[in-house]
Amino acid sequence: MAAKLMLSMDGVVLQEYALDKERMTIGRRPSSEIVIDNIAVSGEHAAIVTILNDSFLEDLDSTNGTLVNDVAIKRHFLQNNDVIEIGKYKLKYLNDQQSPSTAADFEKTMVFRASPHIASSTPVKADPSEMSERSNPTEQPQSTPAEKALELRQTEAATSPQPARVPSAEIAPPDSQQAMGVIQILTGPNAGKELELVKNLTTVGKAGLQVVVFTRRPRGYFVTHVEGASYPNLNGKPLDDQPRQLNENDIIELAGIKMEFYLKR
Amino acid sequence: MYIEQALEIVSQTHPGVVRSQNEDCVEFDVSCGLVVLADGMGGHNAGEIASSITVSLILTEIKHSLENMRPEERGEGGEDVGVMLLREKLQKANTAIYNASLSQPQCAGMGTTVVAGLFYDNRLAVAHVGDSRMYRLRGAIFEPITRDHSLLQEQIDRGMLSPKDARLSRNKNLITRAVGVDPAVEAEIHVHAVQVGDIYLLCSDGLNDMVEDDEIGTRLHMLRANLQLMAKQLIEMANDNGGRDNVSVILVKINGEFAVPRGWLAKMLSWFKSRIKYGD
Repeated sequence: MAAKLMLSMDGVVLQEYALDKERMTIGRRPSSEIVIDNIAVSGEHAAIVTILNDSFLEDLDSTNGTLVNDVAIKRHFLQNNDVIEIGKYKLKYLNDQQSPSTAADFEKTMVFRASPHIASSTPVKADPSEMSERSNPTEQPQSTPAEKALELRQTEAATSPQPARVPSAEIAPPDSQQAMGVIQILTGPNAGKELELVKNLTTVGKAGLQVVVFTRRPRGYFVTHVEGASYPNLNGKPLDDQPRQLNENDIIELAGIKMEFYLKR
Repeated sequence: MYIEQALEIVSQTHPGVVRSQNEDCVEFDVSCGLVVLADGMGGHNAGEIASSITVSLILTEIKHSLENMRPEERGEGGEDVGVMLLREKLQKANTAIYNASLSQPQCAGMGTTVVAGLFYDNRLAVAHVGDSRMYRLRGAIFEPITRDHSLLQEQIDRGMLSPKDARLSRNKNLITRAVGVDPAVEAEIHVHAVQVGDIYLLCSDGLNDMVEDDEIGTRLHMLRANLQLMAKQLIEMANDNGGRDNVSVILVKINGEFAVPRGWLAKMLSWFKSRIKYGD
């Protein structure tokens, strides 16, 4: 079902428009698809371009501007329930298709073709010359994991009061339902120090010698051997290649140092 | 160093937690320096057929072509021998699937994405069609080295969508190129220089749709000592986040150089070795 716009003023719905054309203009001019006959509205005020299930709003250099959710925009990718404001009028964008986070949106992959009318159509693609011009993939926006967030060796972990807390929002925020796992070092020079397992993944140990990884998963915390000829002990028994779920007060012995796992509530 | 020693490769595939069928297909051959991953589409089990035809055909054909050539020597036949091989074999796979879909009614409209890598002479030729990706971890930089053939990517390229907005789009899973849906396919192929220590990740969209790039990069960086565990963790992570699609990965770690011998003596030694090895 096509997305739609609900035109209202002072909370009274005036009209409903289905976004069933690729480009629809909003303006005072009668040729507009969505006509708003008001002096505060420019002749050609804004346009909405719809590509399959996505719609984009563009202000056409209007005199009084276009707001979306109280913010002035030039161009905006419309999301369900966005409110467009033009003068005293409001246009609510409704797209009740399921959001990308629902399973329905992960339907089978399909090949997108230029035109269904052409029998032997070729898939849509950019002009080859243009393609090669912009085909240097290294120009893409790069995701650069901060190096400091990646390495967490035991020594650093024990000396830093806030070990490797990842500042970026990409790392899933800890589930408030889930208690925070903590590793307390029991023996060695750093005895007594604690390491909060805030990240989804925390490695502990000496590179090349013995390293384990603690993973935070929806079902709890797991420990897995990563590298080293000998395997660390969990409650006195050596780990194998399989991840082991951690229980409260489990004792891990890594490179001769004992540490205890517990949950902070 | 021979390519078998220079490359460490692992692969893993999983149907995910929602779908019962696995339409992904992964395979590799270390002695050829070849890795191939495909994500099929089409009703019933046609998607599975398309992806497995593509993967096995590319693998056996390239293997056959290289039979009397050491991978270390491949640079000699011409600058773009890797590119030529990939283009030719991908075309062949396309024809095979296209013809099968015309002759078998239950296979009508089947197709597949593909991403393939051929390592030779300290280089990597990457061919792809559709939205299966290759990423590279070099030092601390983790980035995609392929660009999806998808509606979303085209919109990003044209400045209509920011990569951030793309995640909010309702037009996901629309690819603009696929293997086997038309009589011919245009694969995008690029050659990259390889460095010792690089880790390459090939994956189906079941991974990158479920897990942010930064999270994937963090995994690769932290678990670089254990490729098998890395593969397992990536799949686990996609499934923990919902596992709405089949998820497949191939990981390649570069442990040494695999250059073509350059001097006349080295060439001659290499020639003798290859004769002995293949009993020619």
